[in-house]
Amino acid sequence: MMDKPLNNRAWFLVLPVLVVVAFSAVIPLMTVVNYSVQDTFGNNQFFWNGLGWFQEVLESDRIHAALGRQLLFSAIILAIEIPLGIFIALNMPKRGFWASLVLVLMALPLLIPWNVVGTIWQVFGRVDIGLLGHTLAAMGVDYNYVNDPVDAWATIIVMDVWHWTSLVALLCYAGLQSIPDAYYQAARIDQASRWSVFRFIELPKMAGVLLIAVLLRFMDSFMIYTEPFVVTGGGPGNATTFLSIDLVKMAIGQFDLGPAAAFSLIYFLVILLISWVFYTVMTAQRDMP
Amino acid sequence: MARITLDTLAHSYSPTPRGDADWALKPMSLTWRDGGAYALLGSSGCGKTTLLNIISGLLHPSRGRVLFGDRDVTDLPTAERNIAQVFQFPVVYDTMTVRQNLAFPLKNRGLPADQIAARVDAVARMIGMEATLERRARGLTADAKQKISLGRGMVRQDVNAILFDEPLTVIDPQMKWELRTQLKALHREFGHTMIYVTHDQTEALTFADEVVVMSEGRVVQAGTPQSLFDTPAHTFVGYFIGSPGMNLLDAQLHGATARVGGATIPLAAPYAAPQGRVQIGIRPDAVRPTTGDGLPFRLIRTEDVGHHRILRGEVAGAPFNLVVPEDQPIPAAFDRVVLDPARIGVFVDDWRIEPLERAA
Repeated sequence: MMDKPLNNRAWFLVLPVLVVVAFSAVIPLMTVVNYSVQDTFGNNQFFWNGLGWFQEVLESDRIHAALGRQLLFSAIILAIEIPLGIFIALNMPKRGFWASLVLVLMALPLLIPWNVVGTIWQVFGRVDIGLLGHTLAAMGVDYNYVNDPVDAWATIIVMDVWHWTSLVALLCYAGLQSIPDAYYQAARIDQASRWSVFRFIELPKMAGVLLIAVLLRFMDSFMIYTEPFVVTGGGPGNATTFLSIDLVKMAIGQFDLGPAAAFSLIYFLVILLISWVFYTVMTAQRDMP
Repeated sequence: MARITLDTLAHSYSPTPRGDADWALKPMSLTWRDGGAYALLGSSGCGKTTLLNIISGLLHPSRGRVLFGDRDVTDLPTAERNIAQVFQFPVVYDTMTVRQNLAFPLKNRGLPADQIAARVDAVARMIGMEATLERRARGLTADAKQKISLGRGMVRQDVNAILFDEPLTVIDPQMKWELRTQLKALHREFGHTMIYVTHDQTEALTFADEVVVMSEGRVVQAGTPQSLFDTPAHTFVGYFIGSPGMNLLDAQLHGATARVGGATIPLAAPYAAPQGRVQIGIRPDAVRPTTGDGLPFRLIRTEDVGHHRILRGEVAGAPFNLVVPEDQPIPAAFDRVVLDPARIGVFVDDWRIEPLERAA
């Protein structure tokens, strides 16, 4: 080994990054941590409350119910959007004019701001003037997302599928495009069935992008706020009050900063935990010898 | 297993081919006998792979028919042709083990498990991968993956033919030799029709009973390695086969003599006065270095490759090589060469012509 100077001055090189990360993430997060362990009666006077708020949040039936709705919502979203996205990607044209056209059409919903998507569907689903709502009503379907919890859920799920399936499809499409023709030719030579081609060629090659798709769709659906807020406002009752909506109600509506801060941290940890589980499960196969 | 017939086959990748250049394969008719070992030899881009893909059904020919035995398979999909093909670059199923990879074509054909197991073990022995059978194919080296591809090609015993598309490109030289010997042994043992595409003449000549030489989408000659060497039908064959290739000199013909530059060369037989560009061709080992009488030769350099020497030089401004065995002395300061008349070939516009007597 050569004599290399060994000192800790190199750490200064990391300083700019540390400063940026501190201001963009750590300090804001710490203010939340700060609120979560204190209580106040106003006048900007705070006193130590220990883990009281965390205990309250963890025991709250209201938050349990919101978490249950949230988990159900994300599960349904993943169960629909991932297979549908794969199916669409498999059937998209591979090259030429139609491939470009389909790509543009697929990308359109992704370019629309969240609250606009909410507004579009809020209007689209209205029984009096909305194309969807009015058509359903004219066909004799008793559809009303304002009064009926099931209709409200259906509307929000269809809206999310409309909005985000493109993302899954485009990611899968990119994965599929990277498969050389020789693989499909070899499969034809080996007399593989369509299912085998999917299972042993396409799915393994999509595994990487599929992991990204699952994580993105899970995190986004688990944090969903704007669209249901615009369409249903969390109703009818609390039927579509997901975690974010509940959190905002608590933090800004009721101004319960302490419990809301504790809620935020727990919320964050839950997302982290579930993402970690997805990551571990989906990469376990890849790392097997 | 079956005889393979190509009936006026032609292919163009363009839907509306215009000129000659649009045709990747120019019309050709060939018959490959059942159980033969054939090589398709030619430089890159000459249409070898296109031809192979048409035989296996991965491509549909623009014109003509492909027959297996008496059955027209032109419109049959690949899977129904029951053919094996090994590609230039390894194709393995990443998530499967080596064993599952080898068993895959047999499973797809619905063979019973015990037959599959026996056959996979036999093939694993053949490619020398018994020890890694239970390993996942992902993460193996490129030549191990290519051995798996070869193994998958050989695992089915009832295939009509096995097609190899430059399968040894990624394999290291030592293993190359071994695998080629294995393929040869496999051919002797099971008698599959084998078609082997390569641009390496050594591979082609050692593997095949009959070599088909292709150039620019055309079959220029099909024959045994010996006949390609002795009587190339086209200057491309003369040049492509042999190391170094055939010497070609522009000449004028006068009956049984040829004039090159200012010198006269006797031929073995008289030729009719031909129209077009006339060349005479001779193998470097049929030329003797001398002094005094003969064709003027200018030596540029000598390469000693062990059991013979290659003398590279020029005759009448064209490159010209001699091969002299190591036990034969080379005259000091020689400046002439003598050509063996019996081994001179005459080419008109690149195609070989026969002398008058034999033609009559």
